[in-house]
Parts: sequence; structure tokens; C-alpha cells
Amino acid sequence: MPGITREEVAHLARLSRLELKAEELDHFAEQLDVIIGAVARVSDVADEDVPPTSHPLPLTNVMRADEVRPSLTPQEALSGAPAQEQQRFKVPQILGED
Amino acid sequence: MTVTELVSYEEALATFEPVMGLEVHVELGTKTKMFCGCSTELGAEPNSQTCPTCLGMPGSLPVVNAVGVESAVKIGLALNCEIAEWCRFARKNYFYPDMPKNFQTSQYDEPIAFNGYLDVQLEDGEVFRVEIERAHMEEDTGKSTHVGGATGRIHGASHSLLDYNRAGIPLIEIVTKPITGAGERAPEVAKAYVAELRELIKALGVSEARMEMGQMRCDVNLSLMPKGAQKFGTRSETKNVNSLRSVERAARFEIQRHAAVLSSGGTILQETRHFHEEDGSTTSGRIKEEAEDYRYFPEPDLVPVAPSREWVEELRAGLPELPRVRRNRLREEWGVSEHDMQSILNAGAVDLIVATIEAGADAASARKWWMGELSRRANEAGTDLAAMEITPEQVARVCALVAEGFLNDKLARQVIEGVLAGEGAPDEVVEKRGLKVVSDEGALGTAVDEAIAANAGIADKIRSGKVAAAGALVGAVMKATRGQADAARVRELILERLGVEG
Repeated sequence: MPGITREEVAHLARLSRLELKAEELDHFAEQLDVIIGAVARVSDVADEDVPPTSHPLPLTNVMRADEVRPSLTPQEALSGAPAQEQQRFKVPQILGED
Repeated sequence: MTVTELVSYEEALATFEPVMGLEVHVELGTKTKMFCGCSTELGAEPNSQTCPTCLGMPGSLPVVNAVGVESAVKIGLALNCEIAEWCRFARKNYFYPDMPKNFQTSQYDEPIAFNGYLDVQLEDGEVFRVEIERAHMEEDTGKSTHVGGATGRIHGASHSLLDYNRAGIPLIEIVTKPITGAGERAPEVAKAYVAELRELIKALGVSEARMEMGQMRCDVNLSLMPKGAQKFGTRSETKNVNSLRSVERAARFEIQRHAAVLSSGGTILQETRHFHEEDGSTTSGRIKEEAEDYRYFPEPDLVPVAPSREWVEELRAGLPELPRVRRNRLREEWGVSEHDMQSILNAGAVDLIVATIEAGADAASARKWWMGELSRRANEAGTDLAAMEITPEQVARVCALVAEGFLNDKLARQVIEGVLAGEGAPDEVVEKRGLKVVSDEGALGTAVDEAIAANAGIADKIRSGKVAAAGALVGAVMKATRGQADAARVRELILERLGVEG
């Protein structure tokens, strides 16, 4: 029986940097549990002759020649940045005080 | 920060057996990034080499660089690995601003190359086999600048700035199996392995592998277990050790530190450590309080890579002679000792000497000039031999001029000095500086006669059989001709004049 615990949802939320309230944790745990259960049923249907699939098309070796293509200008690249400084993306403090 | 007490290296090795794992990242020398067509040129202005794909914009799609895959296969083959018949990329998810996608495209349980080895030769000639666990394809991260802290470090910074030019540059990560049985030579093996790997990567032409430029970076994982034990101890992971010397020092320091902790009844924390170039120590980074949760899963936007066996065999057939094999061949051809060959390698002179010999010089002369005069001058100038303003062809020409008797060693040094000073090719320097050996027998004969006349006492000694005294007269003639005479010929003339057999 698949299942996801409230603790696992809290862990995932932390990894995703999402701040979830207590009632949200309960709510999502319940919802995710249903989703996982639904996906698990696919495994029940698939027999030994059906390999796990990560790509729906039977393609391999799609490669690109090592040729330079035009990049964005720095202005274009930074146009969506919430903050910038010295032509760089500016991000908040990464580590708090030790 | 607590000061680490160490035990002596000898004491540590008397009780414990080191086990090492080395992880090396090599930045490939492709023109473009691993999954998009942005240039990888170094030194570009910040964020001028990015596109929606390497910036992780929604809807953008990566496509793998064919040369990146080919380079990975070549590295795998050169490391005697098996090449996967079919493998995928995977997303390594983590929350950190050096990757705008919030994941690094890497490979997880399906590396393109696995199960190989690299034989490395220690300075005394002993060969040690380092087993390779895997080599896989991934991409580099962006470059962070931390602002507001005292020393530009992340600790105490108020914010950070990101340049994503490097994000997406192809990387190959090469991981060894646990290296056991090296004992006290473990640090030496670590250094020799990284050095050999660097030579190999350069020989394959897939990267310049310049450690000082960050094109090759090493993590040193180390643990100790009591001698005779089977179970490995807890390891520490010293990150970004970026010179050959540092690799050796980091391994040595960690052996001494682990031994101190274990001997006093303590336990080693599994943690990352930072290496300090100044004093060769390591300090604690973050403790892995929980197994990192990267939530790897197959990259849905990239199709699997399935190198055909024909292609793999084609690449195998095209591999260059491996560096260690080549060095041993050259060592025999040149007739030098293991130790001398190691010095030549350390000086970065192997290819220069080869090129000089190809340009016509004999091995002994080519080696003499590169390892002698030119190494000395490179040292003085604090530069690499290869960066000296003289070509192997020019050195070969100097060798030829000496061999033909137009120059002696002293004059040849002046010619080299002239070439390095930009006075032109060797023949031009000879011409401009008037450096030819005095070969006019008449002029030389006069100089010899004068020297004999001025040093009658010495001449008598020579006549009476003390041939060794001839050196003083040779010196006098060389002085009179301002060094431009062939000393061997002068000696012959002196002995001839005095009627003595040389």
C-alpha cells in the first residue's frame, strides 16, 4: 500500500523551500497520497513485459553539432531578474550567520 | 574554530590503513555548452553567454553536444572502462542559486563509462593500479561572487551575485573505486593519479585540463581503518583541491587528523572539508546531517545516449598512445633514468624535447638545453617552459650550430639569450652579435702561440707530460678570443704545438 506521511510532505516542502502551514501539510499529505495511489495502479497493470519508461518515443542519440549559436545579450538575460548588480543576477544571502 | 591536533604521519601509518576515493571533474574543451549552443570562451563579460536553455527558462529544451558525448567515450576508453550500450541523463535536484534550473543535469545510476583502471607510476618507477568506478557526463555551475563579507566568502555575505556563463559547460566526473593498499604512499598515489589523469586528458585533446584555471578539480575522500581491518572507517570529503601538490598535502593532512581523532577515542564525522592552500590544513565545512536528498530522476527532456559498438570501436582505434606508455618509450629512446624522466615531465618539457628532436636535434642536446639553460631562465622569470619566447625549431637550430662547431656552449647560451630577448632567429642573433666561434686556424694559431709565450712555465709542465695543465692555456686562449673559440680545438692546437700526445 503506497502512502506518504505528513513528515515526508514537510521534508519535501523544505527541499522545495515552500513554507507550509500545519493544515496545509495535512491537506497535501492526503492529496499526494491519492495521487501516488493512482500512479501505483499503473504498476499493477504493467506486466513483466512492460519495461519502465522514461521517454515516450523510441529515440536515442539525438545530438547537436558543437557549433556556437548566438546567446542572449546580458541585458536580455537579466531582463527577468528580480534584482541585479554588476551585470549579475543578485540573490539574497545564501547562508545565515553561523 | 578548534585547532586540530595532529599525530605524526609515521605514527598514523603505524596504526592505520588509509582508504581513499578521488573524484575529479574535468571541464571539456568544447566550443559550446553541454546542452545548448552558448559559447564556452573564457573571460567573456558576465552573463553574455547564456540562453533560455542554460538559464532554465520554462519551455526551453536541451540537446546534448555530440563532441561532449564523444569526449566522454574517449575518456572512458582511455581509462579502460566499459562503455554503456544505453544510458540516460538524470536531474540532480538541489536548491542553490549556482544553477538557475534548480537542478544539475547529470547521470545517476547509468554512467556512460564504468569499471576501468588507470595505472600510475610513482617517482621511483613503481606502478600502482587505480581502479575506476565510473565516468559520467554532467554540466558545470554558474560562478558566485559573495558580497558584503570580510573576505569575499559566503559566510557573512549580505548577498551574492551570479554569472551564468559557466553554467552548462560540459563536465566529466571521474570517480575511483576505494583505493586501498597504498599505505604510507597514499598521498603520493593520489598526486600521481591526478597528474596521470591530467596527462591523459591532454593527450586525448578533450581539455587543456589546467588546474589553475579550474578546468580540472579534485575532491579527496579519505578514511582510516585499523591495520588488518576489512571495514572502512567514516570518510571526510575535502572539496576543490586544485593543484597536484595540494592533492598530496590534503591526503596527508587528513591521514594525520583522522588518526589523531581516532586514537583519542573520538569519531570522524562524515562531512565536507575545505582545503587551505596557505598551510595545507583542512577545516570543517557542512556536516551531512542527513543524506543529501537530490531526488534524482531520469531527465525527460533528453533522449537516451546509446553509443553504437561500431562507433565505440572506431574511437578506441583512434586513441593516441597513452601518456605513461609514451613516456616509457621516450625514456628508453632518450636513454634517461626514471628520475630524470620525472623531472622532464614535471618541468613540462616532454613535448618540447620531442618537437626539438623532430626538428633535427639529437636527444641529449635537446634535453640539455630545455632542462638546463631554458629551465633555469623559465624559473627565474617565473614562467612555464612552453611560454618561453623560443620555439623547439630554434632550439634545434642552436643544437645544430653547436654540433657543426660554429658555436660552443657559452656562445650558444648567448644566442638563446638573444632569441629570448626578441633579437630574431638563432642565425640572426649569431650575425648581429658576431658570435661565431673563431674557426680561422691562423687567428687561433696566433692566439695559441701568444698564450704559450706568455705562460712559459705552464708550457714547460705540459711538455714534461703534465697534460692536465693545458687547461690553464686553453683558458687563456678562450679569454683572448672572448670565448669565441672551440675549446676542444684550442686544446688540440696547444698539445700539437708543444709536441705532446693528448
